[in-house]
Amino acid sequence: MPTSTLIILLLAVSSALYYFGRQRSLAVAGGEIRKLHSLPSYYGYYAALWCLLPALAVLLLWNGFESKVITTLVVNGLPAEVRNVDDARLGLMINDIRNLATGGVVSARPDPAMQTAASHYQDLQNISRAALAVVALVIASIGGFLAWRKIATGHRARNKVESIVKGFLLSSSTLAIFTTLGIVLSVLFEAIRFFQHVSITDFLFGLSWSPQMAIRADQVGSSGAFGAIPLFVGTMLISFIAMMVAAPIGLMAAIYLSEYASRRVRAIVKPVMEILAGIPTVVYGFFAALTVAPFLRDTGSMIGLDVSSESALAAGLVMGIMIIPFVSSLSDDVINAVPQAMRDGAYGLGATRSETIRQVIIPAALPGIVGGMLLAVSRAIGETMIVVMAAGLSANLTANPLEAVTTVTVQIVTLLVGDQEFDSPKTLAAFALGLSLFVTTLILNIVALHVVRKYREQYE
Amino acid sequence: MSNNESMNRVRAGLARRYATERRFRMYGVLAILMSLFFLVLLFTTIIGNGYTAFLQTHIKLDITFDQALLDPSGKGDLAEISRTGDFNGVVKAALREAFPEVTKRGDRKSLYNLASGGAGFELRDMLMADPSLMGKTVSVWLTADDEIDMFMKGHIDRDVPEDDRRVKDLTIEWVDRLLAEDRLEKQFNTTFFTAGDSRDAEQSGIWGAAVGSFYTLIVTLLLSFPIGVAAAIYLEEFAPTNRFTDFIEVNINNLAAVPSIVFGLLGLAVFISFFGMPRSAPLVGGLVLTLMTLPTIIIASRAALKSVPPSIREAALGIGASKMQMVFHHVLPLAMPGMLTGAIIGMAQALGESAPLLMIGMVAFIVDIPGGVFDPSTVLPVQIYLWADSPERAFVERTSAAIMVLLAFLVVMNALAVMLRKRFEKRW
Amino acid sequence: MDIAMNTTEALMSPDSTDATSVHKPVRDAVGSPLLDATDARMTCRNVNVYYGEKHAIHDVSLDIGKNEVIAMIGPSGCGKSTFLRCLNRMNDTIEGCRVSGQIQIDDQDIYDKSIDVVPLRAQVGMVFQKPNPFPKSIFDNVAYGPRIHGLAGNRTDLDEIVETSLQKAGLWEEVKDRLDQPGTGLSGGQQQRLCIARAIAVSPEVILMDEPCSALDPIATARIEELIDELRSNFTIAIVTHSMQQAARVSQRTAYFHLGDLIEVGATEQIFTNPTHKLTEDYITGRFG
Repeated sequence: MPTSTLIILLLAVSSALYYFGRQRSLAVAGGEIRKLHSLPSYYGYYAALWCLLPALAVLLLWNGFESKVITTLVVNGLPAEVRNVDDARLGLMINDIRNLATGGVVSARPDPAMQTAASHYQDLQNISRAALAVVALVIASIGGFLAWRKIATGHRARNKVESIVKGFLLSSSTLAIFTTLGIVLSVLFEAIRFFQHVSITDFLFGLSWSPQMAIRADQVGSSGAFGAIPLFVGTMLISFIAMMVAAPIGLMAAIYLSEYASRRVRAIVKPVMEILAGIPTVVYGFFAALTVAPFLRDTGSMIGLDVSSESALAAGLVMGIMIIPFVSSLSDDVINAVPQAMRDGAYGLGATRSETIRQVIIPAALPGIVGGMLLAVSRAIGETMIVVMAAGLSANLTANPLEAVTTVTVQIVTLLVGDQEFDSPKTLAAFALGLSLFVTTLILNIVALHVVRKYREQYE
Repeated sequence: MSNNESMNRVRAGLARRYATERRFRMYGVLAILMSLFFLVLLFTTIIGNGYTAFLQTHIKLDITFDQALLDPSGKGDLAEISRTGDFNGVVKAALREAFPEVTKRGDRKSLYNLASGGAGFELRDMLMADPSLMGKTVSVWLTADDEIDMFMKGHIDRDVPEDDRRVKDLTIEWVDRLLAEDRLEKQFNTTFFTAGDSRDAEQSGIWGAAVGSFYTLIVTLLLSFPIGVAAAIYLEEFAPTNRFTDFIEVNINNLAAVPSIVFGLLGLAVFISFFGMPRSAPLVGGLVLTLMTLPTIIIASRAALKSVPPSIREAALGIGASKMQMVFHHVLPLAMPGMLTGAIIGMAQALGESAPLLMIGMVAFIVDIPGGVFDPSTVLPVQIYLWADSPERAFVERTSAAIMVLLAFLVVMNALAVMLRKRFEKRW
Repeated sequence: MDIAMNTTEALMSPDSTDATSVHKPVRDAVGSPLLDATDARMTCRNVNVYYGEKHAIHDVSLDIGKNEVIAMIGPSGCGKSTFLRCLNRMNDTIEGCRVSGQIQIDDQDIYDKSIDVVPLRAQVGMVFQKPNPFPKSIFDNVAYGPRIHGLAGNRTDLDEIVETSLQKAGLWEEVKDRLDQPGTGLSGGQQQRLCIARAIAVSPEVILMDEPCSALDPIATARIEELIDELRSNFTIAIVTHSMQQAARVSQRTAYFHLGDLIEVGATEQIFTNPTHKLTEDYITGRFG
């Protein structure tokens, strides 16, 4: 039976137990609810949860390990001469068997051994499904029945139900920790495998990047070089250009909106500017590739400059536009957190608005603004779609914004998109890049959040 | 220094100070104007490039549903006809008939290119809907080839020398003749809204990507909203102040700023490699986007919970409600509009996201409309990315049009969020 | 005489319907809201203030004399701070605030369109309720006004202005060794004296003080009160206070505000020993407040 049917069945059983649990509580109290410790519905929930949760846990675990167990069994059942090939070939074969079993497309003509294996696979899967259904339903019934039996007038059903709910709340909030852990582990694990192929110093300090590995030992030319410096420089160049656009415009816009603009202007302009923040990055990428890059190239050729059609300038410029609302809304928050007393002090002395802003408000808000800028930089470094679409693939080590450069995120995408075998240094390199990206942005974020928080505490 | 003397000095400096003031103010105005200019430029570029995609050039041909071509065996079995009938032959025959003077092989080939490669399928669908058409001759509007379409929309200039032009002189002559006979016109482009992806621009549509986006978002919403709200409730109402709670908060704040592509790497390594989930499936996309949007939803939900005044909590506790009852009966309903607003904004974010989905294989070229969360599919922003990479001029138009559709969805979602906030906004 | 009549009306509290409770204005030099032209530093006539719809100050006329300390007292929300903030147009920074009537300094209406608030505020300085030093060094705090207004020709001048201002504010001895340290690191009382030093560094003619001691402890308060008394020889001071004792200690004249009306103005001694108006008496004797 498919998993969805099983889940619906389990839900039906547990709602039945809700009803029975509720009835039983009323029965033991002789219809007088006051005698019960908790409201009747809590007894219902109690029974239902004991029915549903253990069964769901089994279901989840079963589904998690089913395919691994079955695959192992099938592989062990294969004839020895078929089984003794290298890992990559075996993986391909297992894929074929699975596809055969589910009636999909197969890469090669199936031989009899594969056919047997496929039907073996299918049998095992059918058995597993049936067994799961039986086990889950039995567990649900036992759990529900035991809970149902426990119901008595003094039974603290509400407290028990509430602690289960609290457990759910707690585990939901810890998901953030597990996500972080998952990111760290997955990226770190693959990166370590990569560093077994390529030394960490070569990666961090190497000046040449060309991830094409020789497939055969006797192949000429492409030995593969994994020096990430050109990528780091390219990322920094584009982020720098972006910040040169976003920082002044965003900051000045925030200053104007919070210190000069009337309430009406503010009410209109602020949301309009936030539209910029809501536009998907893929749209910016398209805009950069379609409009900005050709415009820059044509202008360049008009004044005799050789601008690459995938120049860092185009990508950086558009990324800067994307970050403007980010900078301006963070700066706006920070500027508004400067106490009015500070402004009064300056105005009371006869300072003009711009004097008050430049000499009192900005210095007072500076830590917060710096924190916001750091967050913006982290955003620029991690931005993917704009650079994938508008920056190039060529890993030039240059600081010239008119040339094409590539970035960390672009390389991650190029290395992993498409059908790649997962174990080659080429794909593993993407995870090493991901690790460096994660660590960089993490440090920036922690520093920025710390600075901003310290700043807020100062005025609270 | 006497008062008078100092006042004189103050006055002396005023002109210079006011000049600075004006200059500073002007920078502010300039910054705003530049942001608005970029916004306007972006929109005009997209709309200017994209609005034509909603119309598609069609060509009127006198089609003879020739039994010899469609059902040579003469059994009249519809399924058989649908599978083996030479519908493209029918289209070619009609074109030959319309231009009997074209006899050279090369010319014939360009002639056949007037109609879309998918015109045969349109005829097949017609015949399947109405089998009595077999053997009859009818006038049918068929989709024209994308290059004819581009020519009609003025994207291909006839003054350019023939060698540099995708549409040759001969074809232009035919087009002019068809135009004169009212056999060529632009009609509303339904294919764009009903078809999946295709290598031929005139046959490609966004429906497949839209459905993929829908499934992905449903998964995201079903997972991220309950979990996000639960996490917010725990942190706001139950969590003790200790190191562990701090650690959770630090994690949430950091995840909110982790680049989205890193979530893609997580999805690839954990969901696909480790758990063996299918590539390109909305389920995995939804899982990845859930992890990505959770911080947004948690932060918004916590703000909503914070805005519920403590007096409500005290009132509930004061009459003997348990803490859980207080939360679920009183605090949560009051905070719900704020939480929903946060959820919608999170969903809008997820709808526009593409980088992490590239990592988990949702960039595959998929023609079929996905039928569930396990089917390989793509999503709107990724479809935009794929089309943006295609060299044909017709795809530029379609990319822009797809962006317009995506932006329309985002506008609706954000408007919904704003409305919700306005409607339920309470000042305590 | 016309003015006197108007004033009498203005002094009538809206809720004092009892005819006997309406006081007669005392027409001697100190006791009246209006002063002789030669004695007046600032003159206010029929000032009305609105916050959006709310009518916060009703038709107040009051003169502020040269080199005097005038205290403005009254229950909270009576409009005394609002009135004070009118005197150097600090209300301009509040959105929706509107002022009508006439406020003059040196025969110039400060709400006239041609008047520029920047030199006005250099002329009429202000000290606020909560000490609000800038997050800069002590020196830079005091030097800020002279710098923006270009009062010091060179560094020596600036040093001198800072030193004399701090001396006048009675802070010099305490801070002369740590001028480069942040002003926010001082104690509350020192911060407030720093703000006073900052205000007098611009050499204003009038200093407005809005409850300058409300955030301070008694010892710091006493120190500031002493300072106010010393400053009187050089400056005109208008001080809003919620403490009647403070008004009695520092001021020569006192004005009593009630719900946006100016009820009574007189020599401080007279107001506190022999108030004419019933409302003033009730407030002084502590029946409300």
